[in-house]
Amino acid sequence: MDTNIIINIAYIISAALFIFGLKLLGSPATARKGNMLSSLGMLIAVVFALFDQGIISYSNIAIGIAIGAIIGATAARMIEMTSMPELVALFNGFGGLASLLVGWSAIDPSANTFTMITIFLSILIGGLTFTGSLIAWGKLSERIAGKAIVFVGQKVVNSLIVLAIIACGMMFVMEPSNANYLYAAVALALLFGIMAVIPIGGADMPVVISLLNSYSGLAACAAGFAIGNNLLIVAGSLVGASGIILTKIMCKAMNRSLSNVLFSGFGSVKATTDVIEGEVKPLTPADAYYILEAASTVAIIPGYGMAVAQAQHALKELQELLEENGADVLYGIHPVAGRMPGHMNVLLAEADVSYDLLLEMDEINPRMETVDVAIVIGANDVVNPAAREMEGSPIYGMPVINVDQARTVFVLKRSMASGFAGIANPLFFKENTRMIFGDAKESITTIIREFE
Amino acid sequence: MEIVFLIFILMLSIFLGFELINKVPSTLHTPLMSGSNAISGITLVGALALAGNTSDPQFSTWLATGAVALATINVVGGYMVTDRMLAMFKKKEGSK
Repeated sequence: MDTNIIINIAYIISAALFIFGLKLLGSPATARKGNMLSSLGMLIAVVFALFDQGIISYSNIAIGIAIGAIIGATAARMIEMTSMPELVALFNGFGGLASLLVGWSAIDPSANTFTMITIFLSILIGGLTFTGSLIAWGKLSERIAGKAIVFVGQKVVNSLIVLAIIACGMMFVMEPSNANYLYAAVALALLFGIMAVIPIGGADMPVVISLLNSYSGLAACAAGFAIGNNLLIVAGSLVGASGIILTKIMCKAMNRSLSNVLFSGFGSVKATTDVIEGEVKPLTPADAYYILEAASTVAIIPGYGMAVAQAQHALKELQELLEENGADVLYGIHPVAGRMPGHMNVLLAEADVSYDLLLEMDEINPRMETVDVAIVIGANDVVNPAAREMEGSPIYGMPVINVDQARTVFVLKRSMASGFAGIANPLFFKENTRMIFGDAKESITTIIREFE
Repeated sequence: MEIVFLIFILMLSIFLGFELINKVPSTLHTPLMSGSNAISGITLVGALALAGNTSDPQFSTWLATGAVALATINVVGGYMVTDRMLAMFKKKEGSK
């Protein structure tokens, strides 16, 4: 049988394994098996791709795979769960750059117009995914300022870049032999990636990561068109679709449109003029213990601050003590808590919290009135009642976890500074709210010591 | 005709992707992202043929070799870190 047919049959099998693997990701019980199947599909695809008759020399391939495997395996082993968003951002970027390079090296002066268009797209999407992801990585790991960088004339500059990309693309397709257009295309794609991500602030990172995830898939898809490979198209579009769905979920959870996230930055949102009046009632961890001891239902609402304070293990300890004391403990997870979709779930899983205790916002909100104590740890905007009550607030209309409906709310917080978005939080002034100031992990450890 | 055929595949897989991913619960969104990231390393398959098409490495061969290395980082790192995460998702005995 023709080698080409055998290779393509292998590709069909591996595409089926990817699809089945994603299907098994639908439940935590089968997810690990799904990931195994998906990686098996990848292995089959790579092994059979090596039989391609166009391959004459294996030395460069061996070098590339060895370098990549060592770096990839080391990164996967060493990474802290807290830093998962950075790692995913970085991997997205590598995927984008790989597609750019594939598009670049696939350039053939005899290629037809359609192939040249797809090569251009794989360079464009790959390039902007690469630099965009690097900026996102820098912001997430705080190597560069997480704040939205906005300057006068930003929209004009960006529009000019887009126009230049379109012009450059047309010339690139019409004159494939002129390498200058290629270099211009690469440079513009890289520049556009930077410009697209710098105006987006740290709190909007879940949207950016999801979107870049989608782009890295679309770049692979475009590369698939450029070299006429079905498997790249199928796998790339699966990833593209997944990223788009996550982006949509994140935007909905922030009650903002995608264009609002991408083009405005929080900086341009008008600050609310409503003054919140009331008195803040601080509480010591020792007093918190007496309230918790009497509670029969406790809900914990984590946010990015839990990741920063590395408080998930202490929380788990507190959960066990509360359960021994006869209380029910639940966790309420807001879709945009943390810096990437599902960030909190991974951290709590790391601390051995059973996943069926992690409730989504829609599940926990109806039960909030029966909760004796709601513990807000490192979260701010996702529990802000202003989203329901204050029409002038920038986050008005955003779905939030209604902790203020619980009998008592503990807010663990370093200081009274408002959250990333700079939005005042009336929750802190509510009658049933008690503030526990200090490092979240230390506060919880102190409460745990009171139990013992 | 081949173009139409490829676009046909594209359309079907996008619809399939939407159907599949919509069923993934939010608990698993981080592993979903890192796992799909690993899948986007499929570019590796395309890069292999380009990196090995000559025994006399030229500029484009080295570009493709770079693509092989980067895509391998994605594939190996992506699957390993996803597995590490998923291994932590457990349901405790006796919990409700």
